[in-house]
Amino acid sequence: MWRYAGRRVLATVPVMGFVALFVFSLLYFAPGDPAAIIAGDQASADDIARIRVSLGLDRPFLIRFGEWLWHVLNGDLGTSIFSNLPVVHLIGQRVEPTLSLMLLTLLLSVGVAVPLGVLAAARAGSWIDRLVMLFAVLGFSVPVFVVGYVLAYVFALQLEWLPVQGYTPIARGVLPWLRNLVLPVVSLGAIYIALIARITRAAMLEVLGQDYIRTARAKGLGLAPILFVHALKNASVPIVTVIGLGVALLIGGAVVTESVFAIPGIGRLVVDAILRRDYPVIQGVTLLFSVVYVLVNLLVDLTYSLLDPRIRQ
Amino acid sequence: MMRWARRHPGIAAGGTLLVVIVLAAVLAPLLFTVDPTALAPARRTRPPSADHWFGTDMLGRDIYSRVVYGARVSLIVGFAVALLASGIGLGIGVLAGFVRVLDNVVMRAMDGLMAVPPILLAVALMALTRGSVQNVIVAITIAEVPRVSRLVRGVVLGLRELPYVEAAIAAGTRTPLLVWRHILPNTLAPLIVQASYICASAMIVEAILSFIGAGTPPTVPSWGNIMAEGRALWQVKPFIVFFPAAALSVTVLAVNLLGDGLRDALDPRMTKRY
Repeated sequence: MWRYAGRRVLATVPVMGFVALFVFSLLYFAPGDPAAIIAGDQASADDIARIRVSLGLDRPFLIRFGEWLWHVLNGDLGTSIFSNLPVVHLIGQRVEPTLSLMLLTLLLSVGVAVPLGVLAAARAGSWIDRLVMLFAVLGFSVPVFVVGYVLAYVFALQLEWLPVQGYTPIARGVLPWLRNLVLPVVSLGAIYIALIARITRAAMLEVLGQDYIRTARAKGLGLAPILFVHALKNASVPIVTVIGLGVALLIGGAVVTESVFAIPGIGRLVVDAILRRDYPVIQGVTLLFSVVYVLVNLLVDLTYSLLDPRIRQ
Repeated sequence: MMRWARRHPGIAAGGTLLVVIVLAAVLAPLLFTVDPTALAPARRTRPPSADHWFGTDMLGRDIYSRVVYGARVSLIVGFAVALLASGIGLGIGVLAGFVRVLDNVVMRAMDGLMAVPPILLAVALMALTRGSVQNVIVAITIAEVPRVSRLVRGVVLGLRELPYVEAAIAAGTRTPLLVWRHILPNTLAPLIVQASYICASAMIVEAILSFIGAGTPPTVPSWGNIMAEGRALWQVKPFIVFFPAAALSVTVLAVNLLGDGLRDALDPRMTKRY
């Protein structure tokens, strides 16, 4: 068990290294000369050269990469060109809305999609199955901002049940916080639910054809324990894998959802940074999201060994 | 013909829909459109009417014409990315599957690229360059290549274990011929299916990039751009956002239906599984 865990953790090191290299290159190759920007309009070529040396911009790529990596490991992601504030500080201010959005979406999606997929597999070929599969294709095809606008139009503008946009911090009450998040969470969840439901159905169909399921049925076990205890546990590895991989959809989708619903989160931060060409912020957010994504999938790899003892070997 | 369509409803429905959309994009000037960039300040944000079927935007441009011309950008990006990403991914995957020395290095690099969520990767790449359709295609292709390479490498490694491939190797078939005759034909089916999903996802990513202002330049009408421009007004004039959104969804749906249909048709073993 521990050897398996150790190997998985070690395997993420080169991946993280490559991510760091990629994100650093992003700033390295970004157009515009930081030294010239800092020096201002009236600076002479000599001034710019001096600033470049003092910033260390004249040194080779690998040395600068090493230095940058050292700063990152010490929690320093650089300074925003636009606001002159540390990037870590800017991200820190906006963690709560994004984290709320993504965690609630994850909960809702898994909670809805897994039972839907199980139901579809148990009644394969029936109208329930067809409905779930239809929803799955639609969920893949309708982009997150389209779902967002349609939901906001119906439930916020026409029915006026929920706020159109905005965000209320959880400190100001759980209910207002939830009210603001319902529409973004459902919009962001649509594609994720489609993905998980589809894989759950497929994995369950595979398992339901096995001999031990017939044995369980033959000995008179009810449908619910067969589906949710015997079958679901054995179908869980692909399901958990897709939940982990789907976090990439959540991250990409959060950037868009926050724009549609005017949520002041990390996604908005990066969209604003793109419009202002604020490279350190783009770099910091890309690095953060990538590291989160890698860690989530490491966690998924580790849960395999709990779900399926054979994988520990 | 009809029986074939009934056996493959996905291919028939998705394919027909896609052909209609492609025709509309190609024949855009003949479909009662006007110049999609023509400004008419006197007729701003008009709701749909007989003159302007989908209404006009905040600069008085005809939204129907913009949506029809916008199909060109989505289709070009979708098809170009699908073609490029499958081609490059096929090359890398076969190389990694056959050259042991390269396998580790190349696949670790692909793992690294895959660790950056695709939309974020495309956004980061777009931040480095000017917004243009070509750059959008390159950025989305880079984001999609790792997944294709991995798929192809998996297929290649599986094929190498099969008796007929081992027999061919034992008989002294040279590697290029082996790849050409035994490996490539067998990667084709999964690759075509993958390409259709890439096409669908590339269209969505293009729209997202344009929507957040990091994609197709505003001078070119694209569905993402039209939605981005309508965003500020959508609470009072929802139709500006609605029409391009519907066009995008229907197009992606057509490609996805086609992809699902192809998967069932090309690989009977996978039918009804996913």
